[in-house]
Amino acid sequence: MIHDLLSAADLDADSATLILDTAVEMAAMADRDIKKLPTLRGRTVVNLFYEDSTRTRISFEAAAKRLSADVINFSAKGSSVSKGESLKDTALTLQAMGADAVVVRHQASGAPHRLATWVDGRVINAGDGTHEHPTQALLDAYTLRSRLGGIAGRHVAIVGDVLHSRVARSNVLLLHTLGAKVTLVAPPTLVPVGVSEWNADVSYDFDAVLPSVDAVMMLRVQRERMGEAYFPSAREYSRRYGLDPVRVSRLPEHAIVMHPGPMIRGMEITPEVADSPRSTIVEQVANGVAVRMSVLYHLLGGFK
Amino acid sequence: MTTFRIRGARILGGDPTDLLVRDGVVAAVGADADAPGAESVDADGLVALPGLVDLHTHLREPGREDAETVLTGSRAAALGGYTAVCAMANTDPVADTAGVVEQVWRLGREAGLVDVQPIGAVTVGLGGERLAELGAMADSAASVRVFSDDGHCVFDPRLMRRALEYVKAFDGVIAQHAEEPRLTVGAQMHEGVVSARLGLTGWPAVAEESIIARDALLAGHVGARLHICHVSTRGSVDIIRWAKARGVRITAEVTPHHLLLTDTRAESFDPVFKVNPPLRTAEDVEALREALVEGIVDIVATDHAPHTTEDKECEWAYARPGMLGLETALSIVQDVALDRLGWDGIAERMSRTPARIAGLTDHGRDPAPGVPANLTLVDPAARRQVDPGSLASRSRNTPYAGMTLPGRIVATFLRGEATVLDGKVVK
Repeated sequence: MIHDLLSAADLDADSATLILDTAVEMAAMADRDIKKLPTLRGRTVVNLFYEDSTRTRISFEAAAKRLSADVINFSAKGSSVSKGESLKDTALTLQAMGADAVVVRHQASGAPHRLATWVDGRVINAGDGTHEHPTQALLDAYTLRSRLGGIAGRHVAIVGDVLHSRVARSNVLLLHTLGAKVTLVAPPTLVPVGVSEWNADVSYDFDAVLPSVDAVMMLRVQRERMGEAYFPSAREYSRRYGLDPVRVSRLPEHAIVMHPGPMIRGMEITPEVADSPRSTIVEQVANGVAVRMSVLYHLLGGFK
Repeated sequence: MTTFRIRGARILGGDPTDLLVRDGVVAAVGADADAPGAESVDADGLVALPGLVDLHTHLREPGREDAETVLTGSRAAALGGYTAVCAMANTDPVADTAGVVEQVWRLGREAGLVDVQPIGAVTVGLGGERLAELGAMADSAASVRVFSDDGHCVFDPRLMRRALEYVKAFDGVIAQHAEEPRLTVGAQMHEGVVSARLGLTGWPAVAEESIIARDALLAGHVGARLHICHVSTRGSVDIIRWAKARGVRITAEVTPHHLLLTDTRAESFDPVFKVNPPLRTAEDVEALREALVEGIVDIVATDHAPHTTEDKECEWAYARPGMLGLETALSIVQDVALDRLGWDGIAERMSRTPARIAGLTDHGRDPAPGVPANLTLVDPAARRQVDPGSLASRSRNTPYAGMTLPGRIVATFLRGEATVLDGKVVK
């Protein structure tokens, strides 16, 4: 198994599948009375969060605790970080305290890569800037697999602000590794220059893509992007790229609707769609804990 | 003053000959290059070049003496074979008055290792709004002839036009940092395949090219001299070629790092590879090498940009852009272009032409009797591994750490005084 999980590209098909398979066992444990394994007893996992993300931090915290690890939450707010301590000094501090794994969320792309050069413990990227979010891609793959029965050969549309999305980058990498076909759907302004090298098709026409997909993955679109002229108005964005009941009706019967959260209801997705039986949004959150348990298990304690 | 007899040097790579350096000039070349009591310098196998001239150096003093000082930067320059460097204006305070440029000029004289020729800011405080007192800097003891807001683009087209026109009065030149600021908001690296993958905000080539095109047209319109700093893209080369064909008085520089490194270096997220303009693609590197050989790009300039460890050992987005260059520049040019340029072509692009652009009449002259003895001796057969810890610069941000490069400066002479001997700086 790999030393750090910095990018979804770190995983080949075998190791990704192994993580997903183990996650199934971890999920089964959630139904037991005692939701705890002794696997990581005596190990220390630090959640180093430079960006507010209650949902991801809690997910990692729950995962580590269910494996009996000691968890230290280190939030950039109210810590020495807000007094101007550098990432390197923070890393050396964690190193000195004997962190076995550091789960890092950071607003700067590549910060986990830097961190990994300064600490001996395992580094898990919990989202870095507009770069990657590999455990999100794993939990999305887990959700796809459990809902659709498999990933290879399936067609997934990733819709929205691809340019600024770490979720999109990690998903394109992992879904390709696992044999799915990916189509990115966005206004041309929100597709990066250089996307031609990605293992994904690009479409500017959401409606044309709908009939052929097995899953639609909606991305959050921040209203502030309007000010940077990526699109004229929230209303126009919703009309052209939002997922509403009319568009859902054009999806194949079995197709599912995914969203990594937090979603902006009324912008990229309507409330009816978000709350419909086709939506896996809440399920994704539950799957996140199981997948992160599996990642910690394999990086820290599992198979040698 | 020591008299030196340099024995067996190959001037511009020619046949071995002796040079007598006395009283600040090359006193004799050839068989009669001898004098009683002269200190002998064994130059067997070494190539003698006119002392290199860097049109683009950041010495950081005043203001960031923790990154570099005029003295430490002068040492790095002498060790790189330079006898003159042009110090960029983006210091703190900005070199936008006669007082500051004279201070930098005097610090250079005190260090005494290279001629430090200050560059004056084009606009007050590099603010891009009002012209600095360009004439006062030209008339000062520093005799400033090159003006640049480097680090910032003189973006306002009307202000740029006025600056180009105004400095004609004293044969000045505006050195433009070509970067359309609205197209590079938050930019971190070259916009392309690699930036898309790494999720780093892109710095598109068009942001450079559009400004070069605009300024070439402006310079042509008012009949002024224009110099383009650190050209980095294939498209820029095309535009400069076009402007020269039209008769525009335009010159351009390329940095050693843009001749060698590509944007894939950013994959490490190590900000030692963060620079402005950013490292581009292999295609751009190839076009820049071609342009340098062809003479479309006139010179190599280092854009030596020292930064402290804390400004580089951090997240990519928070790091300052810039790389060290003075101590490795000639090696890289030797590596990528000696086969096509020859030593004469390298002397043209790293000494004679930059001296001419900067108006430094004592520099950029081939070693010959009666010429000021500003020269350097390079061992082209040597190879060395770059060790950041052993550089003379106060900073350590070299992108070449661990790389093995050809060539080594053995000795450098400034007006007849040795600044480097046996590969070591004399003070």
